[in-house]
Order: sequence, then structure tokens, then C-alpha cells
Amino acid sequence: MKSIPGDPFTQEQAIPEEIMQSLYEHYGLDKPLHTQYFKYIKGFLTLDLGPSFKYEGRTTNQIIKEGFPISATLGFVAFFLALFWGVFWGSIAAFHKGRFLDHLAMILAIGGMSVPSFITATFLQYIFAIKLGILPIARWGSVYHIILPALALSAFPTAFIARMTRASMVEVLQKEYILTARAKGLSKYQIWKNHVLKNSFLPVLSYLGTLFASIITGSFIVEKIFGIPGLGGWMVSSITNRDYTIIMGLTIFYSFILLISITITDIIYFFLDPRIKDRFQNYELS
Amino acid sequence: MNYRNQTVQESYLTDSWKRLKKNPLAMTGLYILSFLILCSIFLPYFTKNTYYETHLYLKNSPPSIAHLFGTDDLGRSIYARIWWGARISLFVGITAAFIDMCIGVAYGSFAGLSGGKTEEIMMRVADIFYSLPYLLVVILLTVVMGQGIGTIIIAMTLTGWINMARITRAETLRLKEQDFVLAALSLGASTKRILFQHIIPNCFGTIITTVTLTIPSAIFTESFLSFLGLGVRAPVASWGMMASDGLGSLAYYPWRLFMPAIFICITMLAFNLLGNGLRDAFDPRLRQ
Repeated sequence: MKSIPGDPFTQEQAIPEEIMQSLYEHYGLDKPLHTQYFKYIKGFLTLDLGPSFKYEGRTTNQIIKEGFPISATLGFVAFFLALFWGVFWGSIAAFHKGRFLDHLAMILAIGGMSVPSFITATFLQYIFAIKLGILPIARWGSVYHIILPALALSAFPTAFIARMTRASMVEVLQKEYILTARAKGLSKYQIWKNHVLKNSFLPVLSYLGTLFASIITGSFIVEKIFGIPGLGGWMVSSITNRDYTIIMGLTIFYSFILLISITITDIIYFFLDPRIKDRFQNYELS
Repeated sequence: MNYRNQTVQESYLTDSWKRLKKNPLAMTGLYILSFLILCSIFLPYFTKNTYYETHLYLKNSPPSIAHLFGTDDLGRSIYARIWWGARISLFVGITAAFIDMCIGVAYGSFAGLSGGKTEEIMMRVADIFYSLPYLLVVILLTVVMGQGIGTIIIAMTLTGWINMARITRAETLRLKEQDFVLAALSLGASTKRILFQHIIPNCFGTIITTVTLTIPSAIFTESFLSFLGLGVRAPVASWGMMASDGLGSLAYYPWRLFMPAIFICITMLAFNLLGNGLRDAFDPRLRQ
């Protein structure tokens, strides 16, 4: 990362040599690379991700502490929005297989997967904030501020979940126990709730961890467009500012989130799918 | 022997083509794509304006007959810039997907065919690359290597080939168990022959489908990077960059954002439709 041309103190205005030197000394940039590296590792192990080079007096830890709750709120709202509508439309498509609603839902889903999040974001901003003026255009604060960015963020995952749900539900619906359930005279809703949902959700679940991470990384641009002071906005500005410690710190933080979300998915999988539990217990016995 | 193999291969392709032709959505995608590609090749020679020519007295003018899609803040024709941008977006998308395919197929089929420890190690290495957040890696690489089309393509292919490798490996593992490979082995065919005569031709459908579905994601990444200001440099036009330029004046000159945005959406939609159609056509069992 240090091989990126330019450094955080490069400005349009020339800085005197002595000030440059003392700046370098203050942040330890005059030391050889390996010394800097060990210092960083030492900080990392004590959970100190270092100071910002660009904004005096700010540290990476502070930025994460301020930005993460905002990003996480947005991410969770978008995630559950996507999960709900994705499963909803996927189920409708699966139960109406080959008919109008199925085609409609799947065309919408392909459309949703084809529109990048920054385009969805700007379209929503234009229609609802600029033309209709019913929702705030940007910034963060009230509940209304969440609606547009969350919608923009959730468009792609909604489409993705809808397609996967449909595919796995169509498969489950052909099983014999569904036929039995139908023969017993259960209503469509009961069949869906008791027999289809859980069995068809497992393949979808395995993608949710990565999907969650993609929502978080996708929020870079959405946060920038809507001027939300979350982690994504910091990431973008620290890249343009060459703020090494923040880029590094945020990257580590994002990878950490990714790992945690994948682990959580695995744990949920373990509880939902009795086959895995069985295998695990057999493994312990042998 | 060789001749018979050829006819089997051909009938498989003609069959799939026939199935594809019956799918109206996929054919729409195909027509749109052919139109876009032909336009991006030939139209830049016929437009009155070039992508860098400025008319300051005409800046931010709405769509009109002289400038079909309007002009931007420097008075450049958006119509001309769209078609130059199409060249870049399509070129980046197709090249990146092609390189992904070459690396991924070679890696995946080799891993699948060799099996054992080699396969284990190769796939774990791929897993490590795969677990890195894709966009983060691309952004960091673009920052390190400087801007430009070449950098974008390298950055995208560095992590992009793994998907292809995994799919090819899965296919290879499936095909390896089939009787015709066993027959070829017992007849004394070399590994190379089995790979090129039996495994790869039979993976063809899956590979083509994956490539078609990789292209839109590559186009997306390129426009995403350009939107962040990490893509191609001005005055070269790219759809993502044009959209990003238009963002600031969204309230007053919406066409500056919407024209490139519409083109990005149409292109990605066309590739996705075609890719889905191809998947159904090559593997009718999937379409229940």
C-alpha cells in the first residue's frame, strides 16, 4: 500500500522541507519500511489501528466507532428488506410456475440484477427527492433518511434471493410429501409455511453470508451518493486522500465482518439442517 | 473416430441453438447485443462530433436534433461519447471475461483431472483468493497500479477467474467418472488427449454460459470504478464516468446521468437475458 504514488501530505501548496520532515517524524514515516510494519502489527494486536494522516487528532478506531453503527443500521435494514421481498416474490413465482406471475417476477428479478446500485440510487433520488420531494435527498438522521438508500442497496440482493428461492422451491414442490400434504387438504399457505419454506431455504441460506458482505461493500457508493457518514463514505474518501492507516484499518475491519457473517451463516445452517448435526455427532463418536 | 466426434459435437450445438431460438427473451438479448456491438464499432466514424470536441456555447443543452442525447458541462455531445464509451465498456467486459475463462478453465480442469493432493492444494489456494471481498481488492489494486484500462482488466481478472475455475473443476469431476472417459483411458489415451478431446468440449455449454454471465459483472465493475473516479482518465469516455459526471447536476440536467445509466442497464440486461437463455438451452434439465 505504501507503494501508491503520492503521500497524504502532498498538497497543491508547497510545504517547506523542515515541516515535511517533522510531519514524517511525527507519524513515523521516516523509519525504514520494516520498522513501520512491526509498529503497525504491534498496534494491530492491541486493537489500535493507528491515527489518520489526513484529519488531525482522529484515529481509525474513532472512525469505525462513529461510522459502523450507521453503516450497520443501513446494512441490516437493506438486508432484511431484501430477504423479505426476495422470499416473497420467489415463493409467488414458484407457486405460479409457468404462469403470468412467475414470468413477471423473473423478468423483474433479471432486471433488478442488471441495474447497478449506483444507478438505482440516483434514479430513486431523482424521482422521490427531486421530482416528488416527499423524501429527504441525502444526509442521515431520521427514519425517512434510511428509506431511499436501503431500497437502493436491497435491489440487487432482492432479485438474487428471489431467483434462488424460486429455483429451490420449484424443486421442493415436486417432492412427494408436498403431494401428501395437498392430499390431506392443507391450504396453499399452510403447505408453504410448514413444508416448503424451511426445506427450500437451506440452499438460499448458504449464500446469505456472502450476500451480506456484498451489501456492506456495495454500500460504498450508495453512502457516497446519499452523503451518509458511514464507513463506506470514509473508505472512498480515504482512498482518494491516500490515508494509509484508514484504508488498511477499514479493509481489516471489512474482512473481519465478512468472516463473522460467514461463520454466523454456518452456525444457523447447523441448527436448521438436522443432517449436518447428525454428521457432526457421528464424527465426534468415531 | 475423429469424424464421428465432430458430428456429435455439432448436433449438440445445433440442438442448443434451436432451443435458444425458441426463447424470446434470450433472442431479444442477442439482438440488442449485436446492435450495440455493431453500433459501437461503426457509429463513432459517422458521428459529426467526437468525444473530446467541446462547444462551450452549447453546454448542458437538452437532447435535440443536433445533439441527440444533449451535451455535458463542456458542451461535448453525449451521443458521441456514449458510443465511444460503449467501445470501452464492452472491450473491458469482454476481455476480462475472456481472460477469466482462459485462466479458470486451465486451472479448474487441471485441478479436477489430477485429483488428490494437487487438487486439494489448488482449490484451497483458490478459496483463499475467493474469500477476499472482491470490490475491496479491485479498488486497492487500482489505487496501487494507477488508473487505466489495462489496470482495470488486470485488477478484475486477478480475482475473477476463481468462479470459472470452480465451475470447470466441478464439471471435470463429473465428466471424469463417465464411461467414455474410462473407455478413452483404457484405450491408452494420454491425459492431454482426454482433456482436449473429452473434458473441455463437454464443458463447452457451461463455459459459454459462465462467460456470458461474467461479462455484465465485469461491465458493472468497470462502471463502478469509473463512477468512484478510479477508472479511465478524461477525456476518454466511459459510461460509469459519464454517469458520475452527471451526478452533480442531477437536479438540473438529468439527461447527463440518465443517458449513460440507461445504456449500462440495457447492456447488462441483454447479457443476463442471453446468459440465462444459454444456460437453459445447453442444459434443458435445469428448466423444469
